[in-house]
Amino acid sequence: MGEFKVHRVRFFDYMPSAIRSMAFNSHTERLAVARADGAVEIFNFADNYFQEKVIAGRDGRSIEALCWVGCRLFSAGLDGEITEYDLENLRPRYSIEAYGGPIWTISGNSEGTLLAAGCEDGTVKMFEVLEDRIQFQRNLSRQKGRIISLSWHPSGAQIAAGMMDMIRIFDSETGHATHRLLVDRGVGASKSREVVVWSVACLNDHTIISGDSAGKVQIWDGLTGTLIRTHLVTKWDVLVLAVSQDESSVIAGTSEGTIVQFQFISSTVGQQDKLWVRTRTFKNHSHDVRALVHTDSAVISGGMDTQLVVRPLLDKVEKNTQESALRKIAFPHRNLVSCAKKAGLLLFQFPDHLELWRLGESDRNETFPVKTRTPGESLPVKRKPEKLIQLKTKGEDHICCSALSPCGSWLSYATVAAVRLYRLQISSNNISIQKVSKLPRELKSVHQLCFSSDSCRLFASSSFSSVVVVALDQTDCKYLHTLKHKSGSRQPIHILSPSEDGQWLATANTDCEIHVFNLRKMKLHCSVPAYSSCPTAVSIHPTTGNLVSVHADQQIFEFSLKQKEYSEWSRQLQRQGLHPLWLQRDTPVTSIAFNPNNPAHIMLHDVFMFCIIDQSLPLPEAKTKFYNQMILRSLPEPQRLRESHAFKTCKNFQHLLSVNLLEDLSLVVVERPLVDIVAQLPAPVRQKKFAT
Amino acid sequence: MAALCEGYTLCGLVPAVNRRSSEIKGIEEERDSDHVIVTDSSRSVTLYKVSDQKPLGSWTVKQGQVLTCAAVFNRLTNEYVAVSDNKVIRIWKEDDIILDKAFKATVSADVWSVHCAHGAEPAVLFQRGAVRLLDSLLSAPQQPVEEVLVQDEAIRWSTNIVTETQQLVIFTTELKGDHFLYLQRLKPNSVQKYRLEPEEPALSPLSFWASYRDKNICLLYLYPNGRVYQSLVSVRGPAPDDGAQAVPLPRDQLLSLPVGEELLEAASAIFLDDAHVAVVGVPHPSAGPGKDFLCIWNTNFQTLQAAKEMAGKLYGQLWSFSSKLFIPHGKALSVIPFACPRSSLALALGKLKQVKTEESKTSTVVPSWNTILHGEEAAPPKTVEARKTRTTRKTQSSLSLTIDQVQDLIKTAPVEEVEKEVQELLSRQDPKDPQPSLGQLALALVSRSLADPKFYSSRALTQLVPIRCLSHSVCPDLLPLALEKRDYFLCQLCLLFFHDIPEAVTCACLKTFISLSDADAEKLSLEPDSVSFVEMLISNERAQTGLQNGFSPALCEEDRTDAVDDPKAKAKEKQKASPQQTCPVGKHKAALINEVLQTAYSEALLLPHLKDFSSDQVVLFLRYLEFLYLRYSTDGFSQMHGYRSPSLNQVMDWVCMLLDAHFTVLVMSPVAKGLLLNLQSFVRSQVRLFSELGKIEGSLQELTKMKMKKDVGQYSIEVIELY
Repeated sequence: MGEFKVHRVRFFDYMPSAIRSMAFNSHTERLAVARADGAVEIFNFADNYFQEKVIAGRDGRSIEALCWVGCRLFSAGLDGEITEYDLENLRPRYSIEAYGGPIWTISGNSEGTLLAAGCEDGTVKMFEVLEDRIQFQRNLSRQKGRIISLSWHPSGAQIAAGMMDMIRIFDSETGHATHRLLVDRGVGASKSREVVVWSVACLNDHTIISGDSAGKVQIWDGLTGTLIRTHLVTKWDVLVLAVSQDESSVIAGTSEGTIVQFQFISSTVGQQDKLWVRTRTFKNHSHDVRALVHTDSAVISGGMDTQLVVRPLLDKVEKNTQESALRKIAFPHRNLVSCAKKAGLLLFQFPDHLELWRLGESDRNETFPVKTRTPGESLPVKRKPEKLIQLKTKGEDHICCSALSPCGSWLSYATVAAVRLYRLQISSNNISIQKVSKLPRELKSVHQLCFSSDSCRLFASSSFSSVVVVALDQTDCKYLHTLKHKSGSRQPIHILSPSEDGQWLATANTDCEIHVFNLRKMKLHCSVPAYSSCPTAVSIHPTTGNLVSVHADQQIFEFSLKQKEYSEWSRQLQRQGLHPLWLQRDTPVTSIAFNPNNPAHIMLHDVFMFCIIDQSLPLPEAKTKFYNQMILRSLPEPQRLRESHAFKTCKNFQHLLSVNLLEDLSLVVVERPLVDIVAQLPAPVRQKKFAT
Repeated sequence: MAALCEGYTLCGLVPAVNRRSSEIKGIEEERDSDHVIVTDSSRSVTLYKVSDQKPLGSWTVKQGQVLTCAAVFNRLTNEYVAVSDNKVIRIWKEDDIILDKAFKATVSADVWSVHCAHGAEPAVLFQRGAVRLLDSLLSAPQQPVEEVLVQDEAIRWSTNIVTETQQLVIFTTELKGDHFLYLQRLKPNSVQKYRLEPEEPALSPLSFWASYRDKNICLLYLYPNGRVYQSLVSVRGPAPDDGAQAVPLPRDQLLSLPVGEELLEAASAIFLDDAHVAVVGVPHPSAGPGKDFLCIWNTNFQTLQAAKEMAGKLYGQLWSFSSKLFIPHGKALSVIPFACPRSSLALALGKLKQVKTEESKTSTVVPSWNTILHGEEAAPPKTVEARKTRTTRKTQSSLSLTIDQVQDLIKTAPVEEVEKEVQELLSRQDPKDPQPSLGQLALALVSRSLADPKFYSSRALTQLVPIRCLSHSVCPDLLPLALEKRDYFLCQLCLLFFHDIPEAVTCACLKTFISLSDADAEKLSLEPDSVSFVEMLISNERAQTGLQNGFSPALCEEDRTDAVDDPKAKAKEKQKASPQQTCPVGKHKAALINEVLQTAYSEALLLPHLKDFSSDQVVLFLRYLEFLYLRYSTDGFSQMHGYRSPSLNQVMDWVCMLLDAHFTVLVMSPVAKGLLLNLQSFVRSQVRLFSELGKIEGSLQELTKMKMKKDVGQYSIEVIELY
């Protein structure tokens, strides 16, 4: 069916940042993840763990704690500020200095009226959560030593605070400390080091559970202040605890990368007296587990090794379903790579800089037929790839999106604060970059950037789900129009997809809406019927004008823009259903492309495969072999046609960050092998392994 | 295997800070091996009872006088002889209290030393090389003494040796870097001068030692570069042609001791027996420099047999009297008993072999977690051990008999008493550190049994064999004796613990075992592990499970059908020779044979002895081997590590050897036909299995090739094809 020349790129040194803290909102099923570079990511657990939103970080912002209060997200960090995020505009809404030195922890009470922050100076500061901001209320009685961890009693009457060498219990009404629980230091050499109570949890029955730097998980009676039980879990630190909603299970994350589960069960069957018993140990991380969430059915963990791991508890989920599979989310669910199809350039987006690369070339004489080369072969590289530009951002804010025009002459990126546009002139040995100084003031608060295929327009998704259209020409850029839809959704647009012919622009927002605008008339053409799962990739076919969308639940739709209805192929796909193996993949499709030579071909990719869907071929039945490329390869030509089905999957390339089809029909795949990421991580704590 | 025992201190020394030698001038044996006289370099002579570590008497010369040579004891007159201030000879008895009141005589020349060997007259060696017997000297003390040595020639070392007929004074001299050996015969007087081969680069010997052996005087000398040489000098020697000519003395290098970078400063080497040399002041080969060791080397095998680190400075002085070494070190003079039993190759290789038996020993028992997790060390706590050794030492010294005494006892006492004493002796032994001399007991027991047909102590011998200080080469008559006395349990133990049994003896054992009647065998009591292994082998007989190693009885029958064409014969054959699943011998007999199967042998040496077997014996043995092979290949028996059992390879090797040795006989014998057919079918099934395995080898290799991932660099351009 086809041969491709593939530029296999591995020089994108993408390095995800360590996970620092997590907070789970069980009502909306959103997980907020804070990373070491200050970025906050929102995952929608109801929608296949799709990474809906990313709020870019900032130099010097170090988040120590995250906290949901209703649907509002707060963070606090060692910069001493409490920040609330604007989840619609993907930026911090405001920051309030707490005046207590670095903040180690924040915790909201169950009513959502108060926010407690534990500070370096030994105070627990109470903030009242108001409609549009938070306001300092009072300090609880000040202690010696920093407050490392906090936990509200569900009734809101007490707060337990983990400190150095002890746990304090405060009465939240009076603000006085009622109990002082002394935590033993470690034995041996660590006897002289004070023990840090990294995490506390206060349960409804006034049981207090603590995890500390001596490797202990301790169960206390909060009413009497007595120690009930000590579990020595690790030689290193217990960094974080998480309690299940029904308070029957507690998990503890350690520096060794293990997660230990404790359950409140009776020691012998049928007896009433229940104990906290150590039950399971999970080891999904190589490094510190810094953040934990205990949902009803899963353990979610993250840490130094940058991966977010969703580990289902097998007694809570049905076995051998998709729900029971372990998920590791290692790569972002959006594109960090833009490709100039016509110029053969790649733009890599890092938090604080951009890199522009020119692809290499094989032998010039492409004239002889491709057929003479055997598949799987590497071609001699005549010209090596070349880094043309490394562009550092101005200011402290990190890059939230970037784009490279298809012709390779425009480059744009945006931070929370500003949008920047550059004009590039690249000849064989001369590179010039020129900043476009005057940008229209409508270009602000941008979360997604995109150039039209003729590189004459720049589209920028802006606040309230709107799209700003800017016209570019040789000398300046000019604001044209702001595209708005009338659905009333204020969620940010995360996908912008203009059609090849410049007539259409499709947008998708995190409310699962897809709108198509007519760029000639600068108005909304139609909205695709809403589907329950968020679109992860949207594209408009250059010739047929059909809009293809792939969603977080792996469904594929094809919507005819002319008829404003789902195409026949899409209906047939829905009738027959997708192959189970397709649905079982756990990474979303992040881009869609079309082969100009063969209009029936749709090219998709996720992290572990790329796939060409041939709409002219029959769809695979549930029983047919889905990954059949090896078999087809061994068959003779005529038989091959009979055996093949629409999904042609290639798994030669793994850990794909991007797949693009260049104008000369060669593919560019950007891989970032996980081992390369792991190799850049700091050394984990040393562990004695058996037989070493 | 030579061993150094725990030492003890005889007396304290004033530590010599700057001097190279200690304050001890010499140690001489007194009336018996338990008494010594120690002359220190200042003024006193002390008599010690060694075993009591106690001085019995001490004599001192007056202030201002100095003893210039070591005091000796004249056994003929029970007198002590010493020399003070070079010229005054003093003679006294034990009950003389004040030395100054005893006999003195002043001679005309300076005396180098006085020597007095066992049962010989004391001889006086003058510094200029002349030698006089003490009696003749004292008859005229002021007689003139001739000068033997030339100007500048000085005596370095001297000793005295008594042979059957002669008394000799031997001394070495140094003259301008050359070293000479003088052999002075007394009665009639004659002197022979030898010249030592010079050692490059111009080194002087650090120590000398001479001993008399096989009509030769054996001179041992150690150079600072760690080389130890031996020179043999005939006592009779060539007719002395006036002795002026120095004959070159040939030498053999005995040892080359590791000395590291630097040359030795103070060291000495002495003969313990004809094969062992004790060396002091030479570093231990595996310890770092700067550590002081006393070592015993075996000169035959060039192996280090025993070593002991000595505290404090070593002076390079060493004496040895009747299996005790006297060594001054630091602030003490220590006595270290040693043992140098006759060495065999098996024992010289010693350690290695014993480690091996250790392994086989642990494999006989079910492995305990303790040994797996903590190694062998996690034995009883140290304090217990210490207490135990203390008590054993006490009992040793008080009432019970020493090894030597038991050895004497064996020569005469009745069986019961011998057994009792041996058991008592063994119970006192530290099982971790058996004394090599215990082997002597076995030797004595065996020789008594050989001499006296009525005397045979099975119990004593079975107790002695497992302590691992015995080997076949130490006690070659033990195993034949056990065979002769039909003591099969002892035979089994010998086969288990000896690693150097000659093939002839192994075969004799095997022959005896095979021809043993089953009824007799069942009465024996044997090592329980070996018997229970056979029991398990037999009891699992019926529990057929699947096929192992690609062989199944059904397959083997099928194979046979195409070999035998006549259908009748086929049926008959099938009936008769269906693979043998019953053990052809009784379990005790099988246990004994198993022991033989596990012994070490060399094929070439074993084959001639195997040929002596009668055809019945061969067929029975082959049947048994076939049975074993079948059990192993059909069940998971070979995987059972709990028992000491012959391995599948050992069984196969014996089958091959037996077939080689008796092929013609077996081919002719009608009894063996079925057996051979069976064996052939095994071989065919195995060959078939391996050829099949060979076929998949290629595809398996492809798999490993596929696993090899190409290392993709940062960038490559590839071609892929989708179908």
